[in-house]
Amino acid sequence: MSLFRRDGEECVATLSIDEVRVLRRVASEVVGLLTEGFDHDDPVVVRLFPAVYPEDPQEAADFRRFTEGDLKTSKIDQAGAVLAALPGEDDLDAEGAEVRLDAEASEAWLRAINDVRLAMGVRLGISDQTDLDFELTEEMTRDVSSARAFQLSVYAYLGYLQESLLDAIMR
Amino acid sequence: MTTPQILPVERPEAAEQPQSARPWITIVHDDPVNLMTYVVFVFQKLFGFSRETAETLMMDVHTKGRAVVSSGARERMEYDAARLHSYGLWATVDKQ
Repeated sequence: MSLFRRDGEECVATLSIDEVRVLRRVASEVVGLLTEGFDHDDPVVVRLFPAVYPEDPQEAADFRRFTEGDLKTSKIDQAGAVLAALPGEDDLDAEGAEVRLDAEASEAWLRAINDVRLAMGVRLGISDQTDLDFELTEEMTRDVSSARAFQLSVYAYLGYLQESLLDAIMR
Repeated sequence: MTTPQILPVERPEAAEQPQSARPWITIVHDDPVNLMTYVVFVFQKLFGFSRETAETLMMDVHTKGRAVVSSGARERMEYDAARLHSYGLWATVDKQ
């Protein structure tokens, strides 16, 4: 598992091929969710675009009308920054590939990874009571090729990756 | 003859103020996904809080389920909530 470190003004990580592919996939999924797949009834959209006045649907809708477009654009842009910085398939070899992020790209990645984790958290039903290690082990024991186990492991990985990026940014 | 008595300035209680004069607040709610360190980072970045203040607010969110991070004019609170949403924090606006 690769993590970010600070190198001068940049945050740097050497990602494995699998990590590059996972990041490309989850960032693309967020873009899809925010574009053709956009649905106000999707619990992920509800979480990414919270009602600012939970007690007053009319006021909340007014606020949404003024802010949703900008918020959506910034989320698409930050997921796009992840896709833009990832090496293409042709540049991948067995050692993986290095990702170098300047201050602006680092911040975009930080926020994009957070969006991905929020989306996955909703889909996986993550709660305050969730013990990720326990659930992952249990799921793997039940079925080693379980899709949920894979998703849980990606979710856990993104948490470590985000924490390391934040640490590198603040250094 | 006597010296004028200085009366304490009367300050109406919040409940007596007209609704429109009461300040609004931005509330951040707990969620099971956002990392504690990330929430501290966002609080410092958006509101210029010291690390200590940001950590205290983050712990309030974590342990009490919510914390008030700013108060003032309604438009300003909506602006703060929108900025918090752009970082993925769960923020709402309410009257104090």
